[in-house]
Amino acid sequence: MKNFKNRRTMLYIPGNNPAMIQQGGIYGADSILLDLEDAVALNQKDAARTLVRNMIKVTDFYDAEVCVRVNHLSTPFGMADLEEIVPLQPSAIRYPKTESPEEVIELLNIIEKIEDRHGLPHNKMTIHAMIETAMGVQNVFNIASKFSRIDAITIGGQDLTADMNIIYTPDGAGIDFARKRIIMAAKASHIDVIDTVFPDVNDEEGLRRETEYARKIGFTGKAVINPRQIDVVHEVFTPTEEEVRKAYHIVKEFRANSAAGIGVFAIDGKMVDAPIVARAEYVLRLANVQVG
Amino acid sequence: MKPKIAAQSGTFESSDVIFLIEPLPHNSGRKIELYSTVMQQYGVSFRRIVDEMLDQFEMTDIHLIAKDKGALEPTIKARLETAIKRSLDQQEGTLK
Repeated sequence: MKNFKNRRTMLYIPGNNPAMIQQGGIYGADSILLDLEDAVALNQKDAARTLVRNMIKVTDFYDAEVCVRVNHLSTPFGMADLEEIVPLQPSAIRYPKTESPEEVIELLNIIEKIEDRHGLPHNKMTIHAMIETAMGVQNVFNIASKFSRIDAITIGGQDLTADMNIIYTPDGAGIDFARKRIIMAAKASHIDVIDTVFPDVNDEEGLRRETEYARKIGFTGKAVINPRQIDVVHEVFTPTEEEVRKAYHIVKEFRANSAAGIGVFAIDGKMVDAPIVARAEYVLRLANVQVG
Repeated sequence: MKPKIAAQSGTFESSDVIFLIEPLPHNSGRKIELYSTVMQQYGVSFRRIVDEMLDQFEMTDIHLIAKDKGALEPTIKARLETAIKRSLDQQEGTLK
């Protein structure tokens, strides 16, 4: 896992709304996602870009990771977005509708040229590739695995269903294959994988159900569109006290046994080996607990 | 520089400000009208920010109207920069 960060929630904030941007950090989301793409009207792209540029410089987002979703380079807006945002070096650039490794190469070339002009390193700001077309789903492993700057991939459910000419349904049936394919590509690449938004902000039970499913199949977090959704997603993605206690016990026993030259041992009659230990260490990282 | 066209940016939402710019005849200088819900507390700094931005872009022969609903300084500067560039027909990366 590269530079472990908790990314249970990524809160979308429209890039042309100053009130929402200046309050973005107070809700406790793990990541703030300032959106210059779908949340901004086509004739307000210049206004949003300038506002986000100014606000990033001075706004305290507390402990949240700050990401900016730029427009795709095939639009008239993408290049101008990168010119304004890359010099600010947010934690990450989220790139929409990523369909191939060639697109990532083009994106990285442009980003690195801008960074060179401003004397900035090439290894600080990361890239989150959004997979939201059928072509992107088909190419996702090559997108996720070949670039050290990509440290998360995400699925865009609404755009994907539109690209597939199907209707998004609450059971997520139409995008289930895509979800699992994207997860497997992320796991094979040892990077984070973030689930799509749950669009009905008034349906807390539906959000919880979908988030529990997302966690069960392997997502590391979920995008949210309203601060009201943060607590539910955090509850689902945060290990329970019992899970943390058990993981702590496993890791502690593992270290003691390793020191004695024992690789496989038993706790409460159950065999503990390397995969169980790795899982326990992941749980402790999520809970921000260290074994003393 | 002189505005080429009438332009605006921003909204009437809380924490935002809306700027309206229109060209004035040659040698008219600057005509500035500022309105704010927090004029009594922050009117002086609001005026300073506007003057600095207009100086930075060397704007003249300009009629500027601003209606503020408590925008912070980065928002005021962003909205005014956008309005100025639009009035100069220099906005980039957007549909008009």
